Amino acid sequence: MIEFLSQPWPWWVAGAIIGLIVPTLLIIGNKHFGISSNLRHVCAACFPANINFFKYEWKKEMWNFFFVGGIVVGAIIATTIFADPNPVKVAPALAAELQNYGITDYSNMVPTQLVSWESLFTLRGFIMLVVGGFLVGFGSRYAGGCTSGHAIMGLSNLQLPSLIATIFFMVGGFIMANLILPYIMLM
Amino acid sequence: MSETKNINPSVAFNETTMVPDNDFEVRSLDAVCINESQLQHPWWHNFKYSIVGLVFGITFVKAEIISWFRMQEMFRMQTFHMYGIIGGAVVLGALSVWLIKKYKVKTVHGEHIEFHDKKFNKGQVIGGTIFGLGWAMTGACPGPIFAQIGTGAFVVFVVLLSAIVGTWVYGYFREQLPH
Repeated sequence: MIEFLSQPWPWWVAGAIIGLIVPTLLIIGNKHFGISSNLRHVCAACFPANINFFKYEWKKEMWNFFFVGGIVVGAIIATTIFADPNPVKVAPALAAELQNYGITDYSNMVPTQLVSWESLFTLRGFIMLVVGGFLVGFGSRYAGGCTSGHAIMGLSNLQLPSLIATIFFMVGGFIMANLILPYIMLM
Repeated sequence: MSETKNINPSVAFNETTMVPDNDFEVRSLDAVCINESQLQHPWWHNFKYSIVGLVFGITFVKAEIISWFRMQEMFRMQTFHMYGIIGGAVVLGALSVWLIKKYKVKTVHGEHIEFHDKKFNKGQVIGGTIFGLGWAMTGACPGPIFAQIGTGAFVVFVVLLSAIVGTWVYGYFREQLPH
């Protein structure tokens, strides 16, 4: 059983589980699936600074902290009990491109040559982790949600604004991965 | 003492009107900044959401949704994997929402399940693009950030702090930004 669960899961298993999280959260507590609002709740709880956007009763959204707490524990379980000893399989075309940037280590879900403390103190690592993280936080709040709130929950509820947001998530991703990232990666 | 008690509706009303009028992304438009439930539960009731999160976290890792490599493949159209996951989740999610609406399914506590329509604003275009740029760099949207930390990539905690700073800076400048 554990061996079976330890191999990488196919897309349709993950798609089904994530799709079912939508009705599960609705039925167990009238909650709408979405994760990036957590970042707003942290701001509201810790540094509201008299900014209107952070003046609301964040304690009512406490469930979301428990939800991400579960995600962290789930990830720990998946990398210990259900650990897969094999390196991450990467599409040959991507592997060839990454080799030019010195990314050759596929032992982790994140490339250790990019996402590590040593890398953080290089220009490339700083841009990818610190600037990248900033854009994720700033952009998701500006868009009113992230992949979960717009692409999964919003599209499930057939919301046109969520479709627009999802399209522009992909536009931004395509621009970065194909046009900008190659230059950052060579730094 | 009963496990759940209804709060006074007028109190609930006051709480919703606490949102200032200049909040053009009103809280109901925000994915989760909305708590429909008028019921109050003991705090430990929230652990049911941790169990859902746990399943989600395991799926994130085992289906490699948190993998920086899978994101790069997606944005280069090299594999179908992520398109299948998001597409499959949306199909099943939409079917579930349709069934909930059609049969007026109630929550386990007997409450009516509420849906809100989102309104278009320029943020979905500008903010969406900015989010996409960051997504392709870090290989993580907000959910996977937490899962990546759980896999032992502790440096991703810096990405999380940076994302919180980004959220705060948006809040600080939001009234000057086009919406």
